[in-house]
Amino acid sequence: MAKPEDEITWRDLNVGYVVDEPGNASIYRTGDWRSQRPVYDKERCIKCGTCYIYCPDMAIKILKDGYIEHDLYYCKGCGICAEECPTGAITMVEEEE
Amino acid sequence: MATRIGMEVSIAAAEAVKQANVDIIAAYPITPQTHIVEHLSELVNNGELDAEFVPVESEHSAMSVCSGSSAVGARTFTCTSSQGLALMSEIVYAVSSLRLPMLMILANRSLNSPLSIWNDHSDVMSIRDCGWIQLFVDNGQEVYDHVFIGFRVAEDRNVLTPFIINLDGFVLTHVIEPIEMLDQKVVDRYLPPYQPLYRLHPDHPVSMGCFGPPVLFTEAKKAQDEAMNKTMPYIIQGWQEFGDLTGRYYHPVETHETEEAKIIVVTQGSLGETASIAIDTMREEDEPVGLVKIRLWRPFPFEEFEEAVKGAELLVVMDRAISYGGPGGPLAGEIRSALYHQERHPRVVNFIIGLGGRDVAPDDFAQMVQQAKARPGEWYEIYGVRE
Repeated sequence: MAKPEDEITWRDLNVGYVVDEPGNASIYRTGDWRSQRPVYDKERCIKCGTCYIYCPDMAIKILKDGYIEHDLYYCKGCGICAEECPTGAITMVEEEE
Repeated sequence: MATRIGMEVSIAAAEAVKQANVDIIAAYPITPQTHIVEHLSELVNNGELDAEFVPVESEHSAMSVCSGSSAVGARTFTCTSSQGLALMSEIVYAVSSLRLPMLMILANRSLNSPLSIWNDHSDVMSIRDCGWIQLFVDNGQEVYDHVFIGFRVAEDRNVLTPFIINLDGFVLTHVIEPIEMLDQKVVDRYLPPYQPLYRLHPDHPVSMGCFGPPVLFTEAKKAQDEAMNKTMPYIIQGWQEFGDLTGRYYHPVETHETEEAKIIVVTQGSLGETASIAIDTMREEDEPVGLVKIRLWRPFPFEEFEEAVKGAELLVVMDRAISYGGPGGPLAGEIRSALYHQERHPRVVNFIIGLGGRDVAPDDFAQMVQQAKARPGEWYEIYGVRE
């Protein structure tokens, strides 16, 4: 989008609020929703990829060496990865201001 | 060129939809709209109308099909009544926000309960604020004509707003009237093919119906309100050009004997025809009474209405719906608001009449005018109710 959301006036909107710029949802920072953040303990990780499969937001990246990284721009902090991790390598902690 | 044929008004409406060359009809038959969609399904089945007829399982689905078909750029028609409108109302609001043009004929019928299949305006008043252009017709010729006018206005690039024709159930839908049908060449000249501004097409991908976060929603609604307010000149232009082709001119409000009238009766829909007979009788008895019929309901014709009632001291407003616990019927409420800014405005007395098919005769109008004259103040009353 050309302007940030809070600068868009009613005149800037397309007729019927049609979105004609494909893929623009990628700029929506869903990480802002988070109240808990995942903390990753690489020592306990067995590179099984379970967290990657379960993440509903494609917010986990598998690195070249097989370990993982959370993409905190999109991670909503749902905690599914921590719940599903078989070795307890991911834990959720309170997000601090 | 034009021929006058006696036919049931519902059949005339369906024939107009055929002549308007629609692409998609999605409807669920509900009394008293049934004859319109039945006839359309026959026309499609017989190959007389090259359109898709989608016999949906409910009105909720009918409006859903219509929203999809309008979104891909098809000329879209539906028809409903009463509970059917209530069931489709969720999507009725969505299509106007999405600025998807289509035409709906609403054969007006009361809402439950008690169960009633007969005419009043409680169905359309339940979706008053749905963002569609809404108007009322008085007779069969007017509904036939407004099918073309409705599509033409709704699909105008400067309008792109769905359109409702309100047609009184049974009182109009099931009577036989002489209808002057248009030559197909005239229709084709008046109603060009629909050219959508945006449409769902794989070659030009767009998203419709996305979410609007709090930071954008107010702006979206402002845009919709502005768009609706700007439809008025295009509606008037649609009427003007239709009149130039056919000799039948329509206006946002229609007047009868309003010159020098001290008392003006205000109606919507087919009541206007009955009221005009009553007005003529009262005029013969030297009562200074006139009639204003509100044709356009949304956008409300504030300027034209003020002009039409200028000089009147008493307005006797007829509503065919109740706003329970409110200030009277919805039409009277609107009219009081329209006049409020004037320093000296006419007294507004409101009668709620003709509910659930209760007959309204010319004599009733004379009685209501007498009652309104006799009792001071602004008030509303359900007329003719047994105490």
